[in-house]
Amino acid sequence: MNRLRLLTKGIIKENPTFVLLLGMCPTLGTTTSAMNGLGMGVATLFVLTLSNMAISLIKNLIPDKIRIPSFIVVIAAFVTIVQLCMEAYTPGLYNTLGVFIPLIVVNCIILGRAEAFASKNNVLDSALDGLGIGLGFTLSLTVLGAVRELLGNGSIFGMKLPFVEGDGILLFVLAPGAFIALAYLMVIFNKITAKTKQ
Amino acid sequence: MEYLIIVISAIFVNNVVLSQFLGICPFLGVSSKVNTSLGMGAAVTFVMTIASIVTYLLQHFVLGSIEYMQTIVFILVIAALVQMVEIILKKVSPSLYQALGIFLPLITTNCAVLGIAILAVQKEYNLGQTVVFSAATAIGFSLALVLFAGLRERLELENIPGAMKGMPIALLTAGILAMAFMGFSGLV
Amino acid sequence: MKSSLKNMVIVLLAVTFVASLSVTAVYEVTKEPIALSKEKKIRDAIAAVVPEFDNNPSETKIVQNDGKEEIVIYTAKKGDEVTGYAIETYTKKGFGGEISLMVGFRSDGTIYRVETLSHNETPGLGNKIERSKSDFSVQFEGKNPEDFKLSVKKDGGDVDAITASTISSRAFCDAVERAYEVYKTISKNNNHE
Repeated sequence: MNRLRLLTKGIIKENPTFVLLLGMCPTLGTTTSAMNGLGMGVATLFVLTLSNMAISLIKNLIPDKIRIPSFIVVIAAFVTIVQLCMEAYTPGLYNTLGVFIPLIVVNCIILGRAEAFASKNNVLDSALDGLGIGLGFTLSLTVLGAVRELLGNGSIFGMKLPFVEGDGILLFVLAPGAFIALAYLMVIFNKITAKTKQ
Repeated sequence: MEYLIIVISAIFVNNVVLSQFLGICPFLGVSSKVNTSLGMGAAVTFVMTIASIVTYLLQHFVLGSIEYMQTIVFILVIAALVQMVEIILKKVSPSLYQALGIFLPLITTNCAVLGIAILAVQKEYNLGQTVVFSAATAIGFSLALVLFAGLRERLELENIPGAMKGMPIALLTAGILAMAFMGFSGLV
Repeated sequence: MKSSLKNMVIVLLAVTFVASLSVTAVYEVTKEPIALSKEKKIRDAIAAVVPEFDNNPSETKIVQNDGKEEIVIYTAKKGDEVTGYAIETYTKKGFGGEISLMVGFRSDGTIYRVETLSHNETPGLGNKIERSKSDFSVQFEGKNPEDFKLSVKKDGGDVDAITASTISSRAFCDAVERAYEVYKTISKNNNHE
């Protein structure tokens, strides 16, 4: 039961985007379409789960003072591995996400989870924690990407909606639309969670 | 002329924060007061310029055949550099350390620093261009940060609907600011 | 664990060593697929922009350097006869910087097709230069730049610009023009042979 909660907490209660407000750069920068949001989310999920597991494994071997640098090296290694795999097997997505793939290293979510969770818990729990938070992040990015693609392009996951003519509200695919769409999604999220709390 | 184009493009047209989405965390986190955002801007300008010089040298003289190690090497160097700047500043200029000190540890995870280092390599800039590009980018970052802090100071005094309070209204403001910066896009 | 200089150095070195080792291992595994996928992209682009051929145009690669950037020329042949040229060209005048195109010419000098290789144009506006996004690039097909002026109508040329994306359209014409200049020199050389 407790483990199940670890896996699902990232979706609502500790949602990294809407509640913890972490990892904003990729959230805003890569969500021009639902597919890109999903791709970025999954890449982050992989790095997060793997680095959480590795860090939890070696946590007792690392002297306190060099904890952070060691974590960064571990995370950077996994990021590079994911980056190489994406370049080899999903070149299209690799090109669209561009500089944001190496930047997963400095995504505060990953170092944050390593420090707050993986350095204190066992491997299985850390893996579940990484998966849970990663799923929450992927979900938020996909939703944001879908909203922006729908409003900006009149399509979803690359499929044109029937009965919709023209191009949609371009602004939402451009930079300002990222901020505005996220702001309104956050308002909706706050409204819903506020209601369920009462 | 070429340098002027890099400067204008980095500050206004492709502003790091408002159109490239790098360094959003400090942009949203340390921008509630104009004074602190000025300090943060100065610290970032300092570190970003030095970091891009060091990473340029590494990329061209060390990383030749092992380019795939780029991410690991760059982030380690940036982290070490931030530590070093902190220690040196503490010794050499305590007053400057007092002003910038608290921002320095935050900079390691500022993705703009690593992002600009990687972008400068991707754009195949030479050393001079790299320095100008990173300094201008950092100035663009500071500009966005200070403008945004000014707006947020005013927002504090406004009556805002409950669900919009805090982050949502800040993001909405950033969106409008980004729209304003889009006006520069024909410049270069 | 308590920190001492000795264990700090050892642990950090060990972590870095294991990390580099695993990254290198993955690099060795993915090296081939990465090279293959890059090559495939170029090969697909060539195949899309030239008429029938039965040689391997990637093997006919000629690189021209105009002092700033490289322009790559691939020759498509059927038997011994040249059926067309695929020219990888660029422009730096795009709205988002550099645009890279693959322009295909028939042996008589008409444009067969233009594929966009990479660009940073605005989604929804400038990215209509992609053949999959709009018919903009289709208007070049079958035209001979000899009597089809490669600049937008606003500048006195024959090209219909993309609405609200004159800069991207101009850049596109600039890149195609550059490819045509290269085409003229190579086709002249070949006729003399």
